[in-house]
Amino acid sequence: MAEEHDILNIEDLKVRFETEDGTVYAVNGVNLRLGYHKTLGLVGETGAGKTTTALAMLRLVPDPPGVVECKRLEIDGQDVRGMSITKLEQVRGKDISMIFQDPMTALNPVFTVGQQIAESIEIHEHLGKAEALEKAGDMLEMVGIPRARANEYPHQFSGGMKQRVVIAIALACNPKLLIADEPTTALDVTIQAQVLELMNELKEKYDTSMIMITHDLGIVAEVCDEVAVMYAGRIVEQGSLEEVFGKTMHPYTEGLFNSLPNIKNRTAKLKPIHGLMPDPTKLPEGCPFAPRCNYATEDCRKAVPELHRASGTHMVACSAYERDKNFMIDRRKR
Amino acid sequence: MQGAGSCALHLLFDGANMYKYIIKRLLMLIPVLLGVAFVIFAIMNVAEGDPVYQVAGPDATEEQLEALREEMGLNGSLIQRYFRYIGNLLKGDLGTSYISKMDVMKLYFQRLPNTLKLASLAMLVAVLISVPLGIIAAVNQNSWKDTLAMILALIGLSMPNFWLGLLLMLLFALKLGWFPSGGSEGFISVVLPAVTVGVGLAALLTRTTRSSMLDVLRQDYLRTARAKGVTERKVIYYHALRNALIPIITIFGVQFSNVLGGSVLAETVFAWPGVGRLVVDAIDQRDIPTVTGALIMTTMLVTVVNLIVDIVYAYVDPRIKAQYTK
Ligand SMILES: Nc1ncnc2c1ncn2[C@@H]1O[C@H](COP(=O)(O)OP(=O)(O)O)[C@@H](O)[C@H]1O
Ligand SMILES: [Mg+2]
Repeated sequence: MAEEHDILNIEDLKVRFETEDGTVYAVNGVNLRLGYHKTLGLVGETGAGKTTTALAMLRLVPDPPGVVECKRLEIDGQDVRGMSITKLEQVRGKDISMIFQDPMTALNPVFTVGQQIAESIEIHEHLGKAEALEKAGDMLEMVGIPRARANEYPHQFSGGMKQRVVIAIALACNPKLLIADEPTTALDVTIQAQVLELMNELKEKYDTSMIMITHDLGIVAEVCDEVAVMYAGRIVEQGSLEEVFGKTMHPYTEGLFNSLPNIKNRTAKLKPIHGLMPDPTKLPEGCPFAPRCNYATEDCRKAVPELHRASGTHMVACSAYERDKNFMIDRRKR
Repeated sequence: MQGAGSCALHLLFDGANMYKYIIKRLLMLIPVLLGVAFVIFAIMNVAEGDPVYQVAGPDATEEQLEALREEMGLNGSLIQRYFRYIGNLLKGDLGTSYISKMDVMKLYFQRLPNTLKLASLAMLVAVLISVPLGIIAAVNQNSWKDTLAMILALIGLSMPNFWLGLLLMLLFALKLGWFPSGGSEGFISVVLPAVTVGVGLAALLTRTTRSSMLDVLRQDYLRTARAKGVTERKVIYYHALRNALIPIITIFGVQFSNVLGGSVLAETVFAWPGVGRLVVDAIDQRDIPTVTGALIMTTMLVTVVNLIVDIVYAYVDPRIKAQYTK
């Protein structure tokens, strides 16, 4: 019997960076599965390990200093872990592609944007230079840039326009899985909305599976089917959009919601999570969120909680639920 | 002109704006050259006293001296003589050598091809050694390859040029007999001097390549390229190197300018008749017209090289081109 596979299947991904100042434990045992044509939101504060997780999927974690371990890493049913470099280069940009966090630095300053889009097409569709450039022009038009601008260089584009170019590069070969790493963080608010709308449109049009990395729950609500909340290199809560947003379970997720500006009640004060993410070179013994958690007890500091199924597809890593079946965070009581 | 040549040229200069920039730069060269020529001319004339006595001998009368002064173009004030000199220069006349009585322009152009040959080949040797070495060092930063490359560069930097030249001559000319030990007979005789000069230059160029590449290798756009499926080779030699070129070209330009002035040590060791020897010999013999003429011609050549370097910048980096054509 042929086993059904998903577009993405990661088991027990661990990434550490061995630097002069100590070992940074960036990703500490992440499991992720994503079905075809679904969008997963990977949410968490800066430093949670989101980018590193994404880079590991493309085997692009810089080595040195990065050391990657995992039990399984499959994209579209192919084992990426054991892939030869040549095969890997065929998969990158074709099966899986990535939109990077900062459009200001993601483009090569000495090549025209047309060349940079065409390069990916040349590699994967084995087209000649002229044909690939022609197609690059189509891609530019698709992201709302006149094709005549294909001959211009990145410095001639604004931030929002650059991000459109980066999106065009990522989508040039119609990837099966698109990773968007905070695609709008570096942009002005008005431009953010435009870029997000564009990505949503293109995702629908090409039926691409997507991982949307963000620290903005508003964006997750707009684009995602599923959500994984990441903290200190671990997934602390995971489930469908309805589950995570409607039946929030983890105190950290609650904290993220509380730090959102409230649209209905603008006078309400923002309640950002107090404290900082733990130093990834010296992770605490127990639950990494315990030092910042309003519900934490002594027991929380003893062992790192495992991710447990709560209901349906909803998973949470919080030992309060294991100790007390009736435990409930404040958000659920309202 | 039409066809491929002019098309490539057009791409290179990106139309009228780039031509305008080049013309502007060429016009700017005129005052620069006049100024530099004046400095050289003034120093040579003030430092050497009155050469008429030297030429005429101790028994010459005052009238003879005056006649000789007129004949040698030494009458009038410094400024008058300078403008006369520039006027002659524009007609292609740099005066005649005190020693050989030959036309200085002719003397210079006899030596120039040798210097161009040696300089180009030395730069080629330097680039062929240093660019790959610098890239390998940067890509394998802090590994044994990096250390080895840097030690080689240090040796190249600290080894006296004439000593390397003698070593090469002993081994490849005298012992193995693969190359002549001196002279300028055919291509083969330029090899040893070119390697001597080139190895000396490669050291700095290797370090420049390494540090420039290290800078670029950290850049995000290389990750974008890798994520597209670009091969590692192409990431390094196409995406990264192209961005690392500007400092490399700068040092290349400076070094090329230097060797165009002649590489006196290598020319001496290998009896290579280049511009460097011409100038040094002329200084020895107090042959002022030859020294002045050769220095001014070299300055002109160097300014042209600098202009070419600036144009290459624009070709390599579109942001620089945008500055030029603004
Ligand atoms: N190349 C690297 N070398 C050392 N530490 C790194 C490197 N890349 C990321 N890190 C560290 O790994 C942790 C996770 O980073 P990252 O994945 O970028 O988080 P996020 O994308 O969620 O903001 C951070 O503590 C960061 O400092
Ligand atoms: Mg990030």
